[in-house]
Amino acid sequence: MVSICLIIGGIWIGNNVNLLPIVASSNAPVYDELFKVLFTIGTILFVGMTGLVIYSLIKFRSKPGELEDGIAIEGNLSLEILWTAVPAIVILFVGLYSYDIYDRMGGMQPLEVHHHEQHLMKGSERIWGGIGSSSTIEASNQFTAALPIELTAMQFAFIFHYPKGDITSGELHVPIDQPVNLTMESKDVIHAFWVPEFRLKQDVIPGQPTILSFTPTRIGRYPIICAELCGPYHGGMRATVVVEKTEDYQQWFNQNAKLIDIEA
Amino acid sequence: MTISIPPSNPEPLKSLQPKGWMRYLSFSLDHKVIGLQYMVCGFIFYLIGGALASAIRIELTSPMSDFMARDVYNQVLTLHGTIMIFLWIVPVVNGAFGNYLIPFYVGARDMAFPRLNAVAFWLIPPAGLMLISSYFINGAAQSGWTAYPPLSITTPAAGQIIWIISVLLLGGSSIFGGINFIATILKLRRPGLKLMQLPMYCWAMLGTSILVVLSTPVLAGTLILLSFDIVAHTGFFNPELGGNVIVYQHLFWFYSHPAVYIMVLPAFGLVSEILPVHCRKPLFGYTTMVYSIMGIVFLGLIVWAHHMFTSGTPPWMRLFFTIATAFIAVPTGIKFFNWVATLWGGRISLNTAILFSCGFIVNFVLGGITGVALAQVPFDVHVHDTYFVVAHFHYIVYGGSVFVIFSSIYHWFPKATGKMLNENLGRFHFLITFIGFNLCFAPQHWLGLNGMPRRVAEYDPQFTFVNQISSAGALLMALSTLPFLWNVFHSLFKGDEAGDNPWRGLTPEWLTSSPPPVENWNGEAPLVTEPYGYGKTKVPEPLNQIGTKD
Ligand code: HEM
Ligand SMILES: [Cu+2]
Ligand SMILES: [Cu+2]
Repeated sequence: MVSICLIIGGIWIGNNVNLLPIVASSNAPVYDELFKVLFTIGTILFVGMTGLVIYSLIKFRSKPGELEDGIAIEGNLSLEILWTAVPAIVILFVGLYSYDIYDRMGGMQPLEVHHHEQHLMKGSERIWGGIGSSSTIEASNQFTAALPIELTAMQFAFIFHYPKGDITSGELHVPIDQPVNLTMESKDVIHAFWVPEFRLKQDVIPGQPTILSFTPTRIGRYPIICAELCGPYHGGMRATVVVEKTEDYQQWFNQNAKLIDIEA
Repeated sequence: MTISIPPSNPEPLKSLQPKGWMRYLSFSLDHKVIGLQYMVCGFIFYLIGGALASAIRIELTSPMSDFMARDVYNQVLTLHGTIMIFLWIVPVVNGAFGNYLIPFYVGARDMAFPRLNAVAFWLIPPAGLMLISSYFINGAAQSGWTAYPPLSITTPAAGQIIWIISVLLLGGSSIFGGINFIATILKLRRPGLKLMQLPMYCWAMLGTSILVVLSTPVLAGTLILLSFDIVAHTGFFNPELGGNVIVYQHLFWFYSHPAVYIMVLPAFGLVSEILPVHCRKPLFGYTTMVYSIMGIVFLGLIVWAHHMFTSGTPPWMRLFFTIATAFIAVPTGIKFFNWVATLWGGRISLNTAILFSCGFIVNFVLGGITGVALAQVPFDVHVHDTYFVVAHFHYIVYGGSVFVIFSSIYHWFPKATGKMLNENLGRFHFLITFIGFNLCFAPQHWLGLNGMPRRVAEYDPQFTFVNQISSAGALLMALSTLPFLWNVFHSLFKGDEAGDNPWRGLTPEWLTSSPPPVENWNGEAPLVTEPYGYGKTKVPEPLNQIGTKD
């Protein structure tokens, strides 16, 4: 009875308490689904355990002056098997579920490195990808090729470079619903590219290119935050990603592009 | 087979040692003196680390960097982390309680290598002083307690090198201690005492010491290579010279995840000693507890890359480390259920020791839940290196280890000093610590989820209010040490006499006087084959009733 209330309460809280920022990429709703499940399981476990501890402390407290001992139970094999098996099953479920989420986020797909990007990399270096690497499912449905952008991080700024059009910008402009492939490398120390509204993060590493793909789904300006300690101004190392309508993006692109003549 | 070495007969040596309080400043070979040296030294560093934490929380009451310079903030942050880990938690949960209790538990008169033991302790104060003084020389290290290159190679070298030397000394101290505990537990057991009859803390220390001995040398090697990169401009980790920064992260976490267990496994052991005494019930599931400790030790060695999910690791590696990490929750969960089962049906005295232990259970469960969530790669890529992680590990190290340290102090203070601590003041101490702790760290989960990265001196103004709540909690935590310190000093001089066994405990340290004689027992060491035989064995009456007044 108590446990049923607990489970229902946990599910209700998981569904109704929103602790996350705005959803602005195709990756974010999948993330939030995972969060909801973990939050529900976590709430049930936490409230359950806390409840047991408090209940025991009240129910089994000794009267002042009482010198008697409790019952000499030293263990109970079936109970112990139960609380080995149940957590193991929960963990297994969480693991499989998050694997599925990971797959849906594109984590298991081979890195999609364009011809074009490849020659920009020094030599034949390995490229490491974050989650969201390669195009997401939605993107492949639309047959849209990913937009390649290069990111260079340095103390204490993010610089974006659009190979097509040879634009260099301190702001990341991307059209809505367009898969983007960010190829990232750092000039000095390790930084990290994080957009909370996209639920994505990838370290930007010196001497080791990394790649991150995402599809923005909501128009707006979102912060790009450096998430790896990189020196005194680490806290101030921020930039903005501007997700805009395709027309607006095109306009921005045309205004800034140096070689507009390459195929549109 | 156990050889009963007539404990290397250190008595003649000891008689040459200073007496009274002076012996706490001497190169004493007595494990009890060394244990208390670790305790007091650790607590002093805790106060220093706490002062630094307060400075951090003051800076974070406003979104601008206005309380201290930005590079000073990073130095304070680095010192805080390093001090709390290497000079407070690790030496206290291992060195202090290990040295004090393990010889009693195995029925020995001292540790296996008393001189090595003293050396291990005396490495700590100079290492700590050196670390702190680096701030006044040329600025302390400022690359965080993780010292990731290339940042650690490019920040001012003096501070970073001093940091490396002191961590090496502290690591050395920890290895000496580990070897000593393994030898003592396996080889100095009193004849007739079987391994599976040892109190649980011995198992926890055995597991921990295995981790210490296997993983600390890796950290030492890594930091030596890092120092070459800094002073000799070698290129192990420096990408400009063809080095690889990710290799450093692997090596660093190969030590530093086990380090997490070096900080909590002994705490698990201490809780397993404290609960049965005050619940008047046997420890539930002794055998599964032992196996789960060993399971944690094994799994703890193969999960390090969960700290590197965003560094860019291949998918198979991410999967492997997700699964391994999540499965640590199984042996850990067993321990928690067993503790709750120990509470169940007991005759619980609601004293300060039990309150802190139960506070530990509640806090650690929350920290463990967020830990399992963090182990899921897709979850971690959003919250890695944010305040969510800060909240997570403070629930583990503060809500876990520090709560257990306080619980243990209330439990063993009467043994070590012969005086009782004041219970009312103790409960008050627990209450404000518990409230302050949760007020400080619970809101940080939200901060991390919503976009506040860790290790920053300035942040988005939308987070101001929640940061101020967190700082108010930190203030409460700082204040909570005052009743504690008052309690300790007052009780030391004016406290009630404790008698030999105020809690009517069954483990061997209670079967001698308080404080115990240099030889631990006058006469032969007692053979305790049922350290948790509550409800079965005839429990000794409290020798004088004062201790249990309520
Ligand atoms: C047992 C005591 C524990 C301590 C002292 C501890 C401490 C820490 C610390 C200090 C970090 C931050 C690392 C950094 O980024 O600098 C961390 C992160 C992490 N912890 Fe724990 N932890 C503990 C338990 C656990 C448990 C039980 C789990 C999972 C079952 C876990 C999983 C993780 C994961 C996955 C991370 C990486 C998160 C990230 O960096 O984004 N931890 N922990
Ligand atoms: Cu940064
Ligand atoms: Cu770890």
